[in-house]
Amino acid sequence: MIDLHGFGNQLLQGAVITVELAFASLIVGLILGLLGASAKLSSIKALQWIANAYTTIIRGIPELLTVLIIYFGATSVLMSVASLFGYEEYIEIGPFVAGVTALGLTFGAYATEVFRGALQSIPKGQHEAAVALGMGNVRKFYRIILPQVWRMALPGLGNLFLVLLKDTALVSVVGLDDIMRKASIAVSSTKEPFLFYSAAACMYLILTIISMVAVHYMEKKASRGIKRT
Amino acid sequence: MELSVVISYFPRLLDGAWVTLQLVILSIVLGAIFALPIALARISSSPFVRVFPFLYIFFFRGTPLLVQIFLVYYGASQFEVVKESVFWPILREPFWCAIIAFTLNTSAYTAEIFRGAIQAIPVGEVEACKVVGMTRFQMYRRVLLPRAFGIVLPAYGNEIILMLKGSALASTITLLDLTGMARTIIARTYTPIEIFMAAGVIYLVISMVVIAIFKQVEKRQNRYLGPIVIKVPEKG
Amino acid sequence: MKLKTLAVSSLLLAGAAMTSVSVQAADKVKIATEGAWAPFNFIDEAGKPQGFDVDIAWALCEKMKAECEVVTQDWDGLIPGLKVRKFDAIIASMSITEERLQVVDFTDKYYSGGLRFLAKKDQSFDLSNLEGKVIGAQRATLGAQFLEDNFTGKADLKFYDNQDNVYLDLLADRLDIVLSDELPTYNWLKSSADGDKFEFKGDAFQKNDEIGIAVRKGDKLKAKFNKALEEILADGTYAEINAKYFPFSIY
Repeated sequence: MIDLHGFGNQLLQGAVITVELAFASLIVGLILGLLGASAKLSSIKALQWIANAYTTIIRGIPELLTVLIIYFGATSVLMSVASLFGYEEYIEIGPFVAGVTALGLTFGAYATEVFRGALQSIPKGQHEAAVALGMGNVRKFYRIILPQVWRMALPGLGNLFLVLLKDTALVSVVGLDDIMRKASIAVSSTKEPFLFYSAAACMYLILTIISMVAVHYMEKKASRGIKRT
Repeated sequence: MELSVVISYFPRLLDGAWVTLQLVILSIVLGAIFALPIALARISSSPFVRVFPFLYIFFFRGTPLLVQIFLVYYGASQFEVVKESVFWPILREPFWCAIIAFTLNTSAYTAEIFRGAIQAIPVGEVEACKVVGMTRFQMYRRVLLPRAFGIVLPAYGNEIILMLKGSALASTITLLDLTGMARTIIARTYTPIEIFMAAGVIYLVISMVVIAIFKQVEKRQNRYLGPIVIKVPEKG
Repeated sequence: MKLKTLAVSSLLLAGAAMTSVSVQAADKVKIATEGAWAPFNFIDEAGKPQGFDVDIAWALCEKMKAECEVVTQDWDGLIPGLKVRKFDAIIASMSITEERLQVVDFTDKYYSGGLRFLAKKDQSFDLSNLEGKVIGAQRATLGAQFLEDNFTGKADLKFYDNQDNVYLDLLADRLDIVLSDELPTYNWLKSSADGDKFEFKGDAFQKNDEIGIAVRKGDKLKAKFNKALEEILADGTYAEINAKYFPFSIY
């Protein structure tokens, strides 16, 4: 690997953290997105209201602020909630967990809209057909709804993942040793900002290209059996 | 929660919000101006013309805004050539560095939105223009661009919101925008939750105002037709 | 006989188990430092925190017989992090101030410093007339506070996330003058490649600036740190660490 004044390895380690953070946030975000979309489409007013508040707030405030609020604020909120239930131990929220929470919440808010669109695009007839075949709700969801939602949501989710990948850089501000922070540390001892921030940019570009290829492959796989129109 | 802290520092937060607004408005306007030629070059029929906007867009959409800001602010000032150039009085100022980084970034995204909109116009309209004997320039000025403007509005409103949120990164290069001001206040009061929440509320209000304005403009602009949905890239 | 050996050995085992339990129960102390304040704390190429603060931290832990972990945290997040128990102590060259004492407790000082201005050698310097000058300092430090209290409106003030970025901007000519702690600046002037272009301006002030270890309010750790501090001062460990970084005493 390129030496970069001895900091090449450090940057690579940072890349590993960046990827871990992105995937952990992706999982949290996908779950939140599905829940959010189901809530928005449910007939219960309260659920709709909660989901709307969630997406409006998260999409309206800067990701950097979300990260800062979760990092500094979540611990005390969590601890005061826990103490209501008689749990007085300290609850730790490190930069990684704070990052996953903040980025997962952000991804989830945008994914809610993507999933909602996909869920709505499934014709009513298919629901009726599934019921007519005697499928239960769970079975219908796994066999009929999910595979189609997945196919239709993939392009949107792929875009969101690319956004997420770049947002991981924000977590460096609260001290997670990702690509960005490793680059800053290298800059402080070598005084070569241009070199290291360019190197960081290249690493993000490479990660972006890999993700784009992966998403493309997944899209192809998900739409097998569907004729191209 | 200490609400008194929020109340006593609220005027300073508003000062920060004003800096945020200046950053967003300037970079959005400059970004749109740059985006148009980039978008037009991007749909050129010549592959040699197409490749440059493609690389430009790919770089700015593929790397984090934070990296871009640091490259402009700390990266450029590393070189004596830059410091001795006529641009230094501008590059010396964090405000203009932020504007440059934001403008480059948002112009890449906006160019993609414009491209999507121009391409979303039905081929029939282009053919109709040719039939009535319009020149290329006339076609763009009279038909394609005004039509694209209408189609572009929802996505463009979205881009402004994203720029508003991205502007928080100006705080990392010493600017006292809304986030920077909040962080400076917290450095004195040690009340992160209260001050960050207050800043969050101000951001929410600004973005709601932007959304409301765009809903109105959209209604006016597209009042002669039903909704057209185009797919535009998300950004970060 | 056999029974007896069995009894004795099981007793021994139990004893051993108990001691090992009590060893494990020996306090685990998580200490935070910043990592961007050479030579007091900085991060080396292996990504490990090093420096005067970190050496002092390890020396104190050894005296306290505590199991320690040193973590790094951005400056702004140190006190909030301590408050929410992300770590138990801050050894990051933090000055003991009235404002900070309202939210945390401090141990006795472990060194003392002062503030001093720094600028290019040919930079004119007149504290009574700073019109149009750009002065920089790290956000949330004594220097930043001093500038805010005394020069707001009289000069262009800029605050940074860490000291490294202050130096970057000084080198880039974005800053005319920097206000910072004297000792790290002394080190920077000596060790930086561009140090010879800059010099101290004026004398050091706020020399009564005492640097302590911050702990949560009412935490028993304070007494333990103080006792260990006395011990390393008495047995020469402190002087040894001091000599590693400065040719004069900084206590």
